[in-house]
Amino acid sequence: MASKKPANPARELLFGDLWEFDPAPESASPHIAPRYDLFINGKFTPPRSKKYLASISPRDASKLSEIAIANAADVDAAYKAAAAAFPKWSALPGAERGKYLFRIARLLQDRAREFAVAETLDGGKPIRESRDFDLPMAAAHFFHHAGWADKLAYAAPGRSLAPLGVVGQVIPWNFPLLMLAWKLAPALACGNTVVLKPAETTSITAMKFAALLGEAGLPPGVVNIITGGGDTGHAVVTHPTAAKVAFTGSTAVGKAIQRALAGTGKRLTLELGGKAANIVFEDAPLDQAVEGIVNAIFFNQGHVCCAGSRLLVQESIADDVLRKLKLRMRHLRVGDPLDKNTDVGAINSMAQLERIRALVQSGLDEGAELYQCPASLPSKGFYFPPTLFSNVTMSQRIAREEIFGPVLSILTFRTPDEAVEKANNTDYGLSAGVWTDKGSRILKLSSELRAGVVWANTYNKFDPTSPFGGYKHSGFGREGGRQGLLEYAQLV
Amino acid sequence: MARLPILKTPKCLVGGAFIRSESGGVYPIHDATGAFLANFPQCTRKDLRNAVEAAAKALPGWAARSAYNRGQILYRLAEMLEARAQEMAEALAPGRKPSADALREVHAAIDRITHYAGWSDKFQGLLGSVNPVASPHFNFTVTEPVGIVGVLAPEERPLLALLSLLLPIITGGNTVVALASHSQPLPAILLGEMLAVSDLPAGVVNLLTGNRADLLPTFATHAHLRALSAVADARERTDLQTGAADSVKRVTLLPSESPIDWFAERQQGLYHIRDFVELKTTWHPVGA
Amino acid sequence: MPPRSTASLRALILEAGPVDQVGIEERVQKYATRSIKKNSKVFALKLAVSMLDLTTLEGKDTPGKVASLCRKAQRPHHTPDIPHTAAVCVYSALVRHARRALGKSPVRIASVATAFPSGQTPLATRLAEVRAAVADGADEIDMVINRGAFLAGEIALVQDEIAAVREACGQATLKVILETSELETYDNIRAASFLAMRVLRNGDFIKTSTGKTSSNATLANNQVMLDAIRDHFLATGIEIAMKPAGGIRTAKQALTFLVAVKETLGDAWLTPARYRFGASALLNDLLRQLEKERTGHYQAPYSFSEASGSY
Repeated sequence: MASKKPANPARELLFGDLWEFDPAPESASPHIAPRYDLFINGKFTPPRSKKYLASISPRDASKLSEIAIANAADVDAAYKAAAAAFPKWSALPGAERGKYLFRIARLLQDRAREFAVAETLDGGKPIRESRDFDLPMAAAHFFHHAGWADKLAYAAPGRSLAPLGVVGQVIPWNFPLLMLAWKLAPALACGNTVVLKPAETTSITAMKFAALLGEAGLPPGVVNIITGGGDTGHAVVTHPTAAKVAFTGSTAVGKAIQRALAGTGKRLTLELGGKAANIVFEDAPLDQAVEGIVNAIFFNQGHVCCAGSRLLVQESIADDVLRKLKLRMRHLRVGDPLDKNTDVGAINSMAQLERIRALVQSGLDEGAELYQCPASLPSKGFYFPPTLFSNVTMSQRIAREEIFGPVLSILTFRTPDEAVEKANNTDYGLSAGVWTDKGSRILKLSSELRAGVVWANTYNKFDPTSPFGGYKHSGFGREGGRQGLLEYAQLV
Repeated sequence: MARLPILKTPKCLVGGAFIRSESGGVYPIHDATGAFLANFPQCTRKDLRNAVEAAAKALPGWAARSAYNRGQILYRLAEMLEARAQEMAEALAPGRKPSADALREVHAAIDRITHYAGWSDKFQGLLGSVNPVASPHFNFTVTEPVGIVGVLAPEERPLLALLSLLLPIITGGNTVVALASHSQPLPAILLGEMLAVSDLPAGVVNLLTGNRADLLPTFATHAHLRALSAVADARERTDLQTGAADSVKRVTLLPSESPIDWFAERQQGLYHIRDFVELKTTWHPVGA
Repeated sequence: MPPRSTASLRALILEAGPVDQVGIEERVQKYATRSIKKNSKVFALKLAVSMLDLTTLEGKDTPGKVASLCRKAQRPHHTPDIPHTAAVCVYSALVRHARRALGKSPVRIASVATAFPSGQTPLATRLAEVRAAVADGADEIDMVINRGAFLAGEIALVQDEIAAVREACGQATLKVILETSELETYDNIRAASFLAMRVLRNGDFIKTSTGKTSSNATLANNQVMLDAIRDHFLATGIEIAMKPAGGIRTAKQALTFLVAVKETLGDAWLTPARYRFGASALLNDLLRQLEKERTGHYQAPYSFSEASGSY
């Protein structure tokens, strides 16, 4: 037999620098203004507070722009504008409202690259993701919901739909423009007017979007975008004019909003945190599963509420999966998010970086075993290397708390029942993953996992036609599809 | 000499058994003539906790029943009530001859049960969907029970309102812990007896009587109750929502300040079921 | 001896593990988003040239065509620093003409043998063809597997035939063509890769296609086979080489395939001894892009001669 075994039985693959990629920075200009005012009643308006906050790029910790801080009077002005715009907007024929949304979709597509660069600079996500995911998906949401505007009669069998009025929306920093699209598109399609607040650290694309609304010819006051921190957000969700509040963000803030709205009769939808289990059975297509695991936890630096942050691997293949996963992680490119070859970009903010560090430290303190990618991180900016914890038990903080960073906790199981039991052993219930070649097992697990989205043999897939949202403490209400649309209408 | 009749001691249906309050507490109810009717269980938060445990035990089995089977069980309940319509009408107005109004309420209740029996295998298709996603995946959204649901029934229409609240919940595959009308608890007690001999599995519906103000905070905050359905006044609505926030409950409230026409078509149907189902979206690649 | 499979195709697929079609196609899309610029581009273009099995497999091939192919393989372009290709690849009857043209050149001679492309002749005939090609000076033999037997579940037969061809090769390197388009599913491609690798030697190849069917090498087929090579290496230490063939016509495509190699098998496979491209038209596009990098100007196609159309 000609084949020889190598002298050294420790077989390693070398991922070295034989062929190093040169930097490939995206060169399109993001057209970021030095200062952004509030967008109220179709006009950019300086805040009554006269205060601005610095918008920091996590890529290099530099200041990108200044964002207005809206106070209660600004929020009130925004609601007044939205309330004033409501009668005309809601009375427009659906087809006409739809045409505005189609226009918005097209304008976003036209300027997708510019917005993608702005998103990457502002939030730290890799340009590959903002370019190939956030922007196309944001435009798709407007396009999809545009078509609903004149077909509301078909959305709820036996009932017809009426708008709610003025809707207050508060969105997070992980998918700034995409979350704006998820919130605005169905609200506008149903004939509501909106006061929207983007996240404090990622307001730039929302303000660029505000300018684009002028180009679309959207009537003043239909969409009002105001910026600021937690106080501004509080003013938005508690304003008496809001007929409905929609919030995406942390479970802690979601609960506070639910409490704050108690007794007001306002409608509320919440899309909150998660601690999703990603379950891999021994008969799974392993290489695709490994790819799915990587995509589940390192997509957008793990700043994803539905991130597959708990990997549950069947005991019989745990070593194989761990080995493959470590190999795969070795050629994840971590660094400058503006580089087209970057897979994992910058952590959104210093505060978030510190939170991730603290939780990783707790994992170490509690005895879990750490593996991190050998990556040289940029000296400036906020970065954290893709991280694995093995030997994790369900009682450890890293197995229970949402880390919202590129940190994966690995646990094992032996039987399907044990997998489901561990997967469901959490207050959260946003999403879950299942990897197996056995069709009937997929359907059984899908029905037993208490989560709003189950990805089987795939992960982190989204579509405007597909309802998304959580069980249990991950919130209530859906976004996307007919079901998501109905969250923005009353049945009459 | 007239025979001395045997009086029935009211007991609450919890987990398929008839219980008195663990505390031993009772409260008296008098009939329309002012005569003593019976002592009703003054259920406590511990009774509520036990009822939630019973509902939890019943949940997986009930949720796993086929839609057809759930429909048949609901229809069976209608049969039980129809057969004892007169008795129920008397329970609605103890001490008096049953009025036309009481009978009307019983008949509406029976029809409401039948209405939901028919929904059991239809709401899924209307609330769920197959979603035409742009990627090569098969993507579908199905309904699932939200879990254990707490119900706070209003004082009025002690049969029809109670059933109107709990029927969409159990039709959706959930289990229920309900607090009956405080002032008119007898119909709920009688309903419990009928439920116990219908084919409804033990623990699917648990009916408590007692003091609303005592139990309301526990309904609001018990983390295992995943949703609440209540007719409540402004203060109660605030308390329920505030308490519910910590476990992110789905809360469906009807204000008790304005009168509710429980006979109305609006008080039944698909969208009441929708309030107590989760929507689960599943993705799978399409490939060879 | 490595284990020899005697079980059914179903058992082989179970053992090798399934491949999810959508997942792998999504995976390889990410390779295509890699942006290769400047020095890294020049490096990769030259590497691709050095990995070429410059191929002509036409009924109308002549000794003169082969000689001209050999000249091109040795000196692809007049500019300095352009490496020679790894090999020329010709029909077995033309090996001796290639040997005469190449002499002691480091360019290797690969010959398709075993009744290429169908493989539908008796085994003895196929083995005789292999021996003749090696005797005429072939350094490498590109064989086709018996797809009919594979799909019929006679996998032991397929493996025995590969082993027999390997023996007939002697010192020559063996490349086993799975003909992925006829295996159809990724599950089959992965299973067939293992079936072949278990009887191959360090440095032997598995190869996607003959180039003679409707669909040839794809990024996804390539990835299934790279994954299999990696798993086989980690299990046994044996380094199997890889050759996608057919359909790779542009430099951009070739670079994407190389990204897949870099990110699946690493630096040790970024060498002509471990990775090849079976192609003909590709060379001219690689040269054209290299000239563009050298001069800074886009080049006209007619400056790059002898595009041949067999692949």
